[in-house]
Amino acid sequence: MERFDGKKWDEKKRIGYSRKVLYYFLHPKNVGEIEDPSVTAKAGSPACGDMIKLYLKIENDKIVDAKFRSYGCAANIATASVLTEMIIGKTVEEAKKIKFKDIVEELGGLPQIKYHCAVLAAEGLKQALAKWDVITGRRQIDEKFVKLILAAVIDPLTGESVLKGDKYKGCKIEGRKVKIMLNIPKDSPEAEVFEEQIREAFEGLDVDLEIEFMES
Amino acid sequence: MVIYLDNANTTKPDPEVVKVMLEYFEKKYGTPGGEFGHIFDEESREAVEEAREIIAREINASPEEIIFVSDETEADNLAIKGIAWAKGKGKVLASKIERKAILNTVKRLGEWGFETYEVSVDGEGFINLEDLQSNLKDAILFATHLGNFEIGTIQDIKAISEIVHDKGALLYLDANHAFGKVKIDVKKLDVDLMSITAHLIHGPKGIAALYIRDGVKLKPLLDGDVRERGIRPGMINVPAIAGFGKAVELINYDDAKRMAKLRDRLIDLLLGIPDTKLNGPRGEKRLPNNVNVSFAYVEGESILLHCDLRGLVFSTGSACYSQELLPSHVIRAIGGSFEDAHGSVRLSLSKWTTEDEIVKAYEIIKDVVEKLREISIYGGKR
Repeated sequence: MERFDGKKWDEKKRIGYSRKVLYYFLHPKNVGEIEDPSVTAKAGSPACGDMIKLYLKIENDKIVDAKFRSYGCAANIATASVLTEMIIGKTVEEAKKIKFKDIVEELGGLPQIKYHCAVLAAEGLKQALAKWDVITGRRQIDEKFVKLILAAVIDPLTGESVLKGDKYKGCKIEGRKVKIMLNIPKDSPEAEVFEEQIREAFEGLDVDLEIEFMES
Repeated sequence: MVIYLDNANTTKPDPEVVKVMLEYFEKKYGTPGGEFGHIFDEESREAVEEAREIIAREINASPEEIIFVSDETEADNLAIKGIAWAKGKGKVLASKIERKAILNTVKRLGEWGFETYEVSVDGEGFINLEDLQSNLKDAILFATHLGNFEIGTIQDIKAISEIVHDKGALLYLDANHAFGKVKIDVKKLDVDLMSITAHLIHGPKGIAALYIRDGVKLKPLLDGDVRERGIRPGMINVPAIAGFGKAVELINYDDAKRMAKLRDRLIDLLLGIPDTKLNGPRGEKRLPNNVNVSFAYVEGESILLHCDLRGLVFSTGSACYSQELLPSHVIRAIGGSFEDAHGSVRLSLSKWTTEDEIVKAYEIIKDVVEKLREISIYGGKR
């Protein structure tokens, strides 16, 4: 039924997807969710048209399972899928060393215009492992960590991170209590979207999260 | 066989068009020359003038009002910049859902000191006439389209030209996507300039016509000789013009009626896929060959690539598919979300599209959307 023939695929034609990208796009591995995951992370946004969610199962500091869901183009699906394959069996420390270029390389290259998909996948992994360090008590929740998480929270109107511009006012951290203050009017339509996204980004962390919007 | 539903991008030339053109490549390879040209010049001049007459007749213009240009982008530039330069100053307007060639030409005029304005549209892509009317102070030109290239909305040009002329401005109409499907009479529509292109009506690529109403003055983009009355100097693309003429001769409005039926069939089928919405209006106010829907939870480039590999081609408004990585400005302007733009696909029919192809296309798309929704963050839960 499918016209795709890996052997005849001319990588220089069309938008330049490699055979391997095509393969992972058509037959993605590790799609889905892990029941009771050790940690999850979401990167990207529907606004930019690229988003992935990673689910990791970690046992004795080793990634024993990884799954993903995606919203995006062929490169997005392929990078997320190949990343899950790359990290299964690796220790957390080994996985931390994975950079976006490693993902590009693993796929046999990506068109330049699609590099951001690999960046997104690497960001997702970085975030997941940082969250894992917090969960295991190896890392304290500090502003640096909060910002790492917020980098993936996207303004639905501009498609840019909430950290961009002056939307982010600051945060207060006292033990398990995390208060994030935003320069966004309380009753604006995007406030709800931000709240939902931020809560989802902190998913799995044992924190008492409070998000403070501007009084209008 | 590949099912080709990207006819709003370009169409397959009609074999009769190709046949006519070949003659001007192989035998009659001259180019219209001076007043008393030799036999080669004369043969090609006849071909060009005959095509000009056919095209003029089709839109109820006179042949002197038709200028051949290389394509619709050149026509947009010539019309908009040409008028602006002739007038010297003033305000140039376009709607928010024009093709990039129009929007960027207007933007350029903004850089060059002209006042510019983008007129808003409603949820189905109809131009907001009040917004137009209230922004026409000092206006010299309003550039808009007859049928929208992406969502197929057919504008009420009579109402628009009345408003525009009432304020003393001119109207440039991009009729490229409507031509051949919607009967056009430039006198009835009362437009001052209008572009139509060959490659969207089974003619060749690289040729279009700009109608310039008698008496409308504009400056050329290029300086050169007096060919095309000096408005578009330079080499005359004789084979393409001959092919254009033939393509216009072959226009049959019964094709449009048939396409409209298939269009509605395809829209109905696609809207049967859960969480799918139509972009643009239904019925008479929609181009007969345009279908544009947004599938929630999935992204257009992924849909496109899957379908391409399975023998079905069309286009998408997703950012991932555009060279600039920007989502469709048309879907955004009609109030669609980023997701609506990323998940939008445009399927455009031709006179050769069959019902069998429509049903097959639907089956492939349905299967692909379901598959991608299984991977999707949003649609994963079955």
